[in-house]
Amino acid sequence: MALASPSTPRPYITCRQLLDLIYDYLEGTLPADERAEFERHMAVCPSCVHYLDTYRKTLRISRAALRPDAEEQDVLDSELALPEPLVQSILAAIGSR
Amino acid sequence: MAARSEPDSVEQRAEAELVAGLRRRDPAVFERLVRSSGAQLMKIARRYLQSPADAADVVQESFVAVFEGIDRFAGQAQLRTWMHRIVVNKALMRLRSQRRHGEVAIGDLLPRFLPDGHQEIETQPWRAGADVELLARHTQVQVRQAIDTLPEAYRTVLMLRDIEEIDSSEAALLLGISEGALRVRLHRARQALRGLLAPLFVESSEGASGQTSRATTGSTSDPEAASAPGRSTPWR
Repeated sequence: MALASPSTPRPYITCRQLLDLIYDYLEGTLPADERAEFERHMAVCPSCVHYLDTYRKTLRISRAALRPDAEEQDVLDSELALPEPLVQSILAAIGSR
Repeated sequence: MAARSEPDSVEQRAEAELVAGLRRRDPAVFERLVRSSGAQLMKIARRYLQSPADAADVVQESFVAVFEGIDRFAGQAQLRTWMHRIVVNKALMRLRSQRRHGEVAIGDLLPRFLPDGHQEIETQPWRAGADVELLARHTQVQVRQAIDTLPEAYRTVLMLRDIEEIDSSEAALLLGISEGALRVRLHRARQALRGLLAPLFVESSEGASGQTSRATTGSTSDPEAASAPGRSTPWR
């Protein structure tokens, strides 16, 4: 049977340390012990819970705002074709090679 | 059953013919490529370059590079993927040759901490539906403007990894930095962007940043503060 742990609780990692670990946490590359400390902190710190959640949302939102299908309409609106002078300039540049 | 080396779809056959035409230096084939894919390449260039004139130059340089390098195109990737990489590379080279003035310092966009490691400003949740809101076009525009606010080195890494989804090793190669440095820079870029987006998505009446200073919430006097890593006021 394991002995009871000492009465003094070990300190939590700080918010600063946790925020630095978010990238690896989301990549799944955090070593098991650091992951455990990460999750122990999260269990008692709503601010970091919100931080992680909004960090994740930032990724989704930026992808959604800029990925090709979101921009498709812009192209259809204004850039279905290159301006003719640019096309001619490109063809001339290639022709001179 | 078709042999594996044979193109097995109409699209693949069309691409193989296109590449063959380019290798013959057939001007008509090249013109067709410029007209059919130019707008797409322009769009990619514009993600990196603010100036339409710079983007046009990069598109032109890219087509020249395609023309001159077509014999080196191995055919393992799709032609359009290969051209995409060329445009990104040319755009990055153009950026490196420019110096942007009046950029925000990245440090101003990153979270701040108290001496004990707590977040100086408690993070507010974003209101439900922040993702769904992207359906609104004006929000997309605001998000793009926020991305444009990032310092160049950070915006570039975010574009390469999170938007273009170019893998770490290739992105590091394109930027001429180590994968470790890329990782740190990407994390900082995401953190900075998170901070820039917060005012758009936080549901709060506590100011434009929608964040609450610990100094005003009295968390340092909280009896639990000594053992727990942080204390936050609940958010809507």
